[in-house]
Amino acid sequence: MMKRWQAVKRLLPLMAMFALVLSGCGREDLSVLRPQGPVAQGQLDLIKLSISIMIVVMVVVFGIAAYVLVKFRRKKGQDEIPEQVEGNHKLEIIWTAIPLLLVLVLAVPTIQKVFAYGANDWNDPEAVKVEVTSHQFWWEFTYPDHGVKTAQELVVPVGKKIAFQLKTNDVLHSFWVPSLGGKMDTNTEGSVNYMTLVADKADTYIGKCAELCGPSHGFMEFRVKAVDDATFEQWVTAMKAPAVLPADAALAEKFKTNCLSCHAVGDQGGAMGPNLTGIGSRETVASILLNDISGNPGTKPTKDNMVEWLMEPQAVKPGNTMPNPKDLGFSDEEIEQIADYLANYKLDY
Amino acid sequence: MAHAHAHSHSVKRYTGIMDWLTTVDHKKIGILYLIAGGFFFGIGGIEAILIRLQLIKPMNDLVSAQVFNELITMHGTTMIFLGVMPVIFALMNAVIPLQIGARDVAFPFLNSLGFWTFLFGGLLLNLSWIMGGAPDAGWTSYPPLSSTDYSPTHGVDFYTIGLQIAGLGTLIGGINFLATIITMRAPGMSFMRMPMFTWTAFITSAMILFAFPAITVGLVLLSFDRLLGANFFDVAGGGNPVLWQHIFWIFGHPEVYILILPAFGIISEVIPTFSRKRLFGYSSMVFATILIAFLGFMVWAHHMFTTGLGPVANALFSIATMLIAVPTGIKIFNWLFTMWGGQIRFTSANLFAIGFVPTFVMGGVTGVMLASAPADFQFHDTYFVVAHFHYVIVGGLVFGLFSGLHYWWPKMFGRVLNETLGKWTFWLFAIGFHMTFFVQHFLGLLGMQRRIVSYLPNQNFDELNFISTIGAILMGIGVLAFLANVVATSRKPVGAAADPWEDGRTLEWSIPSPPPEYNFKQIPLVRGIDAYWKEKMAGNKEMTPSEPVGPIHMPSPSILPFVMSLGLFIAGLGFMFSTEDFSNSFMSLIFNKYIVLIVGLLITFAAMIARSLYDDHGYHIEVEELEGEGKA
Amino acid sequence: MSHAEHVNGELPHEPEKATLEGRNKVLGFWLFLGGEAVLFGTLFATFLALRGQNNEGPTASELFSLPITAAATLILLVSSLTSVFAIQALHRHNIEKLKLWLIVTVALGLGFLGLEIYEFYEYIVHESFNMKTSAFSSAFYTLVGFHGAHVAFGVVWISLLIAQLYRKGLTVVTAPKVYVSAMYWHFIDVVWVFIFSVVYLLGKVG
Repeated sequence: MMKRWQAVKRLLPLMAMFALVLSGCGREDLSVLRPQGPVAQGQLDLIKLSISIMIVVMVVVFGIAAYVLVKFRRKKGQDEIPEQVEGNHKLEIIWTAIPLLLVLVLAVPTIQKVFAYGANDWNDPEAVKVEVTSHQFWWEFTYPDHGVKTAQELVVPVGKKIAFQLKTNDVLHSFWVPSLGGKMDTNTEGSVNYMTLVADKADTYIGKCAELCGPSHGFMEFRVKAVDDATFEQWVTAMKAPAVLPADAALAEKFKTNCLSCHAVGDQGGAMGPNLTGIGSRETVASILLNDISGNPGTKPTKDNMVEWLMEPQAVKPGNTMPNPKDLGFSDEEIEQIADYLANYKLDY
Repeated sequence: MAHAHAHSHSVKRYTGIMDWLTTVDHKKIGILYLIAGGFFFGIGGIEAILIRLQLIKPMNDLVSAQVFNELITMHGTTMIFLGVMPVIFALMNAVIPLQIGARDVAFPFLNSLGFWTFLFGGLLLNLSWIMGGAPDAGWTSYPPLSSTDYSPTHGVDFYTIGLQIAGLGTLIGGINFLATIITMRAPGMSFMRMPMFTWTAFITSAMILFAFPAITVGLVLLSFDRLLGANFFDVAGGGNPVLWQHIFWIFGHPEVYILILPAFGIISEVIPTFSRKRLFGYSSMVFATILIAFLGFMVWAHHMFTTGLGPVANALFSIATMLIAVPTGIKIFNWLFTMWGGQIRFTSANLFAIGFVPTFVMGGVTGVMLASAPADFQFHDTYFVVAHFHYVIVGGLVFGLFSGLHYWWPKMFGRVLNETLGKWTFWLFAIGFHMTFFVQHFLGLLGMQRRIVSYLPNQNFDELNFISTIGAILMGIGVLAFLANVVATSRKPVGAAADPWEDGRTLEWSIPSPPPEYNFKQIPLVRGIDAYWKEKMAGNKEMTPSEPVGPIHMPSPSILPFVMSLGLFIAGLGFMFSTEDFSNSFMSLIFNKYIVLIVGLLITFAAMIARSLYDDHGYHIEVEELEGEGKA
Repeated sequence: MSHAEHVNGELPHEPEKATLEGRNKVLGFWLFLGGEAVLFGTLFATFLALRGQNNEGPTASELFSLPITAAATLILLVSSLTSVFAIQALHRHNIEKLKLWLIVTVALGLGFLGLEIYEFYEYIVHESFNMKTSAFSSAFYTLVGFHGAHVAFGVVWISLLIAQLYRKGLTVVTAPKVYVSAMYWHFIDVVWVFIFSVVYLLGKVG
């Protein structure tokens, strides 16, 4: 009876793993197991190597354990005292030496990759520079060479090195795009980090904050949109175009005095909140309300998401610092209008 | 009482609740640790179930985001500092003096003080739930999130001050066991004849001694930042948040080994007993334990690979961390080969011990995977890490503790736990455990980061999280089965044999269950490793005594440890609320002018002075009394 | 095991180690000092990491006055010496000398504390250099203040032991207490030597 249990228990993980292989290792734009760039690929190779070594270890240990548990059970009436073995030098040397060897096998590529991914490409002229500044609970992306600033949705050219400079505006966060590569913390001034990623093909990848940063830590996502070179240039140009304001003059004025004190559109506004230029082209509102333009399941029209956010920001992202538009004197109708304006504020690229 | 001279009987002995408040008997203190640890383990468990229920489906709103962060912080902190550490101390108290053939620990008074400071610290920390909100910055409490700017409630103050007081208790306990094991061993028990559990307790205590002062300093700095406006971690004032991470993990990583080594010790006792064989490779086990402890202090920065320490540091810490696999591997194979050629009995205690081996191996191999820094960039702060450390701490340590509790329960309470319920506990807990945590490895790889209050659907997270939650509930039922076992067993009469497993090898099985307050009527003479087994094999029923029967000196009970700890508790509250704006003028007077703080400290110091001024001569148990008890 | 045999009879040469309780106390205290060493080690590491961060407040070289701290160092070093004399008197069972040297030690300790309080007072009132000024100031006050608190604790403790020596005399119970208090005193003295070099001298030279 017990034996069968033991066997079932051992098989469970295998069955679970099998199920996972069938389900395709997760989403292409999110899973560590489906790398979309050389960094993530290299890291996955290392993961595969280590897991193979570890499976060997586990098979050996589980094998010996199963044999011992079956073979050396105490039988009824078995009363003689077993031989009291003190140890066995030969065996002990073997199980010291082999793990040491296995560690060595893992250590060599580990060190190679530590240095490969630890390289700082910030001064590489070929690389596209992006300054990442994290905030509770949103991401700011500045392109110092292009003179462009955006938020929540990072647009990068395919196949080029993207050199990131990572820092925070408040608490620690961690910048992570699983399908492109591992994460790096965004620290405070004085311990700024650098990291390089490359996207192999045009797609939109999900990024996440991986360091506890407050109530909405789990909702602090972002998107990385990899596009071809020409599109990227077009996007930069579009970002630099003059701001588009609401058509209705009164609403535009209200938008300017209230929203633009923190947010920016085009060449106007402040820098405390996320930049809103071309927000209608983004795949999310507030990073967790998914817009239908992405074509993914579980999405809603951009305007609906915008309304949901503006009606009660705290309900969507608890602890965020955006004031409730209603407290700023916006009526439900005006919120609708603002939402409509923002949802249709698209960039041509 | 103060005039009591050597052979006086005039010492006051308490009964009922006062007996428990004043006891300095290591066996009773062990039981106190077990009750308190069990209580906090229960609270931490309820927090765990709430976390899992919140995550059972995407975008669930069972608890708010703020409460969720408080739950994860308190779950981690409670389990580590207030749940498993005390249960380890419970077993160490109950077993170590017996295993080394001693009548008590080196410092019975300090032993009691250690317990009460731990308890009051733990209570203070948990009071946060009803006094304005629990800490919410994670058990690691990284600044700036844990600063007053981003965590404005008193939660983190409860964390710093509660842990400070509880940590003091742990430190005292560590020093006590070090001294006990160094000086109180019975004649003949050399270091290399000590039972493995004693060895691991010894090494763990040494690690406590060198690791806990670091977190003491860390907590002081953080509380100074929060309460006195210091700038240690405040960038605006020139401080450095990364410094906290270093201090925290210089303590935090050894802490992991502080936890797991005693479990190694327990397994090394249980497996030989139920295989009827001596521990395979005893000296390499000792060596491996020491090596693990040593390496444990060298690897803290592997928790900080993504902090950005640079490739050189990351490479060095990667290699150092991987090396720990070697001594750990030695241990695993030694356990397997202890069973090889033995006669294995599947008691509840041994089921947990056997279950420990493969489970811990799984936690260990993911540990090696995490040690590889470039791979860790992907694993770090995801559910992969959550799975890893639960495999080590639950699958390793908690399995070990359950094993030890089933094993030594008759020695502690004189009653053997019910085996049927014990097996139910094991299977429910083990299956629940693997269900909960095995799938979490994949959640991490699929892109689920840890400490998130919820997640969007369509990310392939839903089913695995559902399985995980069901597993957690199974684990909860397993713990309830254990509780039922404890209750059912406690209603049975005391009647366990001295050596209820019949194959006991070490000294604790040579004396009655539970032992008399003086443990050994005559201190035994130790003639080899597994001293009691050796005597049994030589045909002796009892240990050979090393001394004639004589009067036994016992320390007096004392209420002072309780009073000292109470004083620290009051002082802690006073310090915490010293910056609070009270609407009530009386409250602002006593708190803002540090009156409560000072009163608390005065209580503690007065108790210390009383302890110093009034000599504790103890009392003696006379020969007639010993003989009388022997007959009864 | 029992200390009873010794109480009324001849006091052994090293009365602090005559009983198991006494030996345990000395061993336990050594262990405790090991923990204390880690505690101060962490404080020193913190100070070294933050000592340059003066946040536009006073820097170390602007602030420190070596004559005062040199005097404090001298006082504390002498007090360490007097506590050695006290232990020598203890080993010779000369209780009068023992009390005398302990009293001198306490007096020197108080002198040291006086200088330190004066120093802190000067910094806070005249240099507007307090806990909140900078990371350097926080680290300075925490490290030096922790040491000062240890000295203050030692002063109270040794005073209490002197009172006990007057009441109970030198016995196998009081001797270990005096002995470990001397160990403690040496320890905080050694810590001060490090503070003097790392905080003050290093601060002065840059």
